[in-house]
Amino acid sequence: MSVIYILWLRELKRYSRSRAQVFASLGSPVLYLIAFGFGLGPVFQRAGQGSYLQFVAPGVIGMSVLFASIFSGIGLLWDRQFGFLKETLVAPVPRLHIMIGRTLGGATVSMLQGSLVLILCLIAGFRPAHITDIPLAVMFMALIAIVFAALGTAIGSTLQNMQGFQLIMNFLVMPIFMLSGALFPLANLPVGLTVATRVDPLTYGIDGLRGAFIGLWYFSLPADVLVLGGVASVFLVLGARAFSRIQI
Amino acid sequence: MIRVESLVKKFGDLSAVDGVSFDVGAGEIFAFLGPNGAGKTTTIQMLTTLLVPTSGTIAIDGLDPRTRAHEVRRRFGIVFQDPSLDSELTAYENMELHGVLYHVPRRIRTERIERLLTLFELWDRRKTLVKQFSGGMKRRLEIARGLLHTPKILFLDEPTLGLDPQSRNQLWTHVKHLNETEGVTVFLTTHYMDEADRVAHRIAIIDHGRLVAQGTAQQLKQQTNTDSLEHAFLALTGSTIRDERADAADQMRQVVRMWRR
Repeated sequence: MSVIYILWLRELKRYSRSRAQVFASLGSPVLYLIAFGFGLGPVFQRAGQGSYLQFVAPGVIGMSVLFASIFSGIGLLWDRQFGFLKETLVAPVPRLHIMIGRTLGGATVSMLQGSLVLILCLIAGFRPAHITDIPLAVMFMALIAIVFAALGTAIGSTLQNMQGFQLIMNFLVMPIFMLSGALFPLANLPVGLTVATRVDPLTYGIDGLRGAFIGLWYFSLPADVLVLGGVASVFLVLGARAFSRIQI
Repeated sequence: MIRVESLVKKFGDLSAVDGVSFDVGAGEIFAFLGPNGAGKTTTIQMLTTLLVPTSGTIAIDGLDPRTRAHEVRRRFGIVFQDPSLDSELTAYENMELHGVLYHVPRRIRTERIERLLTLFELWDRRKTLVKQFSGGMKRRLEIARGLLHTPKILFLDEPTLGLDPQSRNQLWTHVKHLNETEGVTVFLTTHYMDEADRVAHRIAIIDHGRLVAQGTAQQLKQQTNTDSLEHAFLALTGSTIRDERADAADQMRQVVRMWRR
């Protein structure tokens, strides 16, 4: 237990000490929020869909949680390159505990990052429908964070060096974000895109966030929780397996 | 305590370790010497569960690292050749993290961290982030950390690389003390023959992945008809200079160094 705690704490300390990085990673969500939120606002309004800022803010929050969590998992690669990973791998501790501590730490950090973006959204004019539903939104942030921190760990355990990183970014992280319905409504899409959005686990996270924040559900609360919970379990098992097989 | 038989590790078609066998008794200080790229670190990585051997057997306190990795890890401590600190944490936090990972009880942990950081003259800098440390200070911290818990077997992979004579002296005095009072078995590698001569009970020399000689310093000198361990070493391994292949991690570090300056 103390091992999980101290590795969780390590992730938090590293996050709180990298202010420049925290600031830099707020850049793209803000850009999406402003460029899309205000840029596409009039078109969205004319199509009779209401305020696009209200619609896209949960998507932008989900995006920042996705990026932060998947990168926290891939941070494993840095620890490998700079040697710290060895220190934890030879310790007389089950690797599962190490993996859980790191993943929970990464997930917590991602939720903090998501909360910062929520604050920025509020400043930009985003208004949640019910304040009482915020805890529900936080739960969805947690689910998204765990799903993708575990996926990041699985990837970080299998990649040997940073050369694969660009590949992951372009062919995994961006598609997960773009195809999640973070930027557009899920209704009336072409068949191909419908299938893609249904396969993307982030879709259910964004749907949950949107439901919790503005009461707009495409699926339903139980469906979203069930899918995310299931995917989280699968990714955690995959991540733990990959992590336990690491060789230096 | 450590028993190795016909150990082989291949990377592609390169045999880093090529049929090595040796025995290290309980309470012994065993030096593993060899030129760069001879297979020292690869051997240590296999002994410490970080690499799976291609073939051959290893027994650490009677246990196979392949199948009983967790139990093997409970029995040893290690100071790595290359950096393994978290540079975004302070010196104290690195020590503390290690203490928790190795289940050192809180009271003993606090006490030992202070003693070791003081011994290696880092106590005043305990709240400094490791990334602000000089190379020598990082090295000292790695060693202090490796000595935080008292394992049955202590692996030291070129621990004195980049250390000043004072710290080197502290290290070996401390290691000998651990060996004498606690009966810790020590498995070390070094490029400084005088250190091996001074602390090791027995020495094995490895070259191109194969053991070329084994015995006490005295026996090695007699065997080669030389008057110092250094000369014995050169007689056994030749005088050509070896290059290690830079691996991905080294290249990565070079890139990062390039960007930080």
